[in-house]
Amino acid sequence: MIDIVTETPRTRTLVLDVPNWPGHRAGQHVDVRLTAEDGYQAERSYSIASPPEDTRISLTVEELSDGEVSPYLAEVLHVGDTLELRGPIGGYFVWDTPAGGPLLLVGGGSGIVPLMAMLRHRSAALGTTTARHGLPARLLYSSRRWDEVIYRDELARLAEADPSLEVVHTLTREQPEGWTGFKRRIDRAMLEEIAWPPSEQPRVFVCGPTPLVETVSATLVDLGHQPALVKTERFGPTGGAV
Amino acid sequence: MKRASNESHESIVAGERYSDARRVDGNAAAGILSEIFVPDLTAARAKCAGCGVTRTIGTLIVYAHGMGMVVRCPGCDRVMMRLARTPTHVWLDSTGATSIVMSRDAT
Repeated sequence: MIDIVTETPRTRTLVLDVPNWPGHRAGQHVDVRLTAEDGYQAERSYSIASPPEDTRISLTVEELSDGEVSPYLAEVLHVGDTLELRGPIGGYFVWDTPAGGPLLLVGGGSGIVPLMAMLRHRSAALGTTTARHGLPARLLYSSRRWDEVIYRDELARLAEADPSLEVVHTLTREQPEGWTGFKRRIDRAMLEEIAWPPSEQPRVFVCGPTPLVETVSATLVDLGHQPALVKTERFGPTGGAV
Repeated sequence: MKRASNESHESIVAGERYSDARRVDGNAAAGILSEIFVPDLTAARAKCAGCGVTRTIGTLIVYAHGMGMVVRCPGCDRVMMRLARTPTHVWLDSTGATSIVMSRDAT
């Protein structure tokens, strides 16, 4: 591990130098295996946050209060420590620029991580405004409160520099003073407002806690999006609903 | 959760009823499947022995629990695969998937 970046009070990005890394695609994950002194092993999957263009691998880990692995990754590990990884894994929830767009990303909480890899990849692979214009992207991101928005500043910078990228936040629990954005869980009306119409055939990636993913994907299909274009990754239990 | 009646024994074999919170995607099984299959299996397609529908494995529903996983059909809830890892072995029961098709490019 070569660096640790605090993203929010509950999430840290672990930057890893992985010898012989074969390269990965945006959206893939790695399995991290921890072995205790008595030989007990625990393994968890973490999405890769860095784009394929990066030589270093970044994982953003949310500390789950009842987690077995995440508190260790989020609190105990230090720069210089070694982790056992397997990956990259998964060929389904992936997106590369040749897959085309428009690209619609819907995330909740730490579900942003693989979506961020896609946005970073899009930004790195499409170097010009014209190229990005041909492959527009929208991110609808649900967080509980403003200080829990992962990659907040980087998302703002990316959107600022790229007229073809729209980043829309919804804050479900608490909003800063003067907040004019969404302040409810993602629902049908919000998706109708933010998503491209089904006729545009957006490539949709939904990642977050299971209830959010299932609500969003079912609603999008109900709105007329082709199920094959709506790809999901459920994170299972997290610290609570977003 | 509603289950087809002929599936009840599967739930018992699987150990216990799983809470909805443990429900994740086929992607979550990619790691353990990679110990058994050379190509990435989440992009492969499997035919459900229950309803006969063929789906991409990444879209199947996975209940992750302890050292194992139960992979179910999102359409009919039939158990399609069960995967477990012991200290010495990896175990796959795929009787609920009558066929698995993968692109030769993926190998």
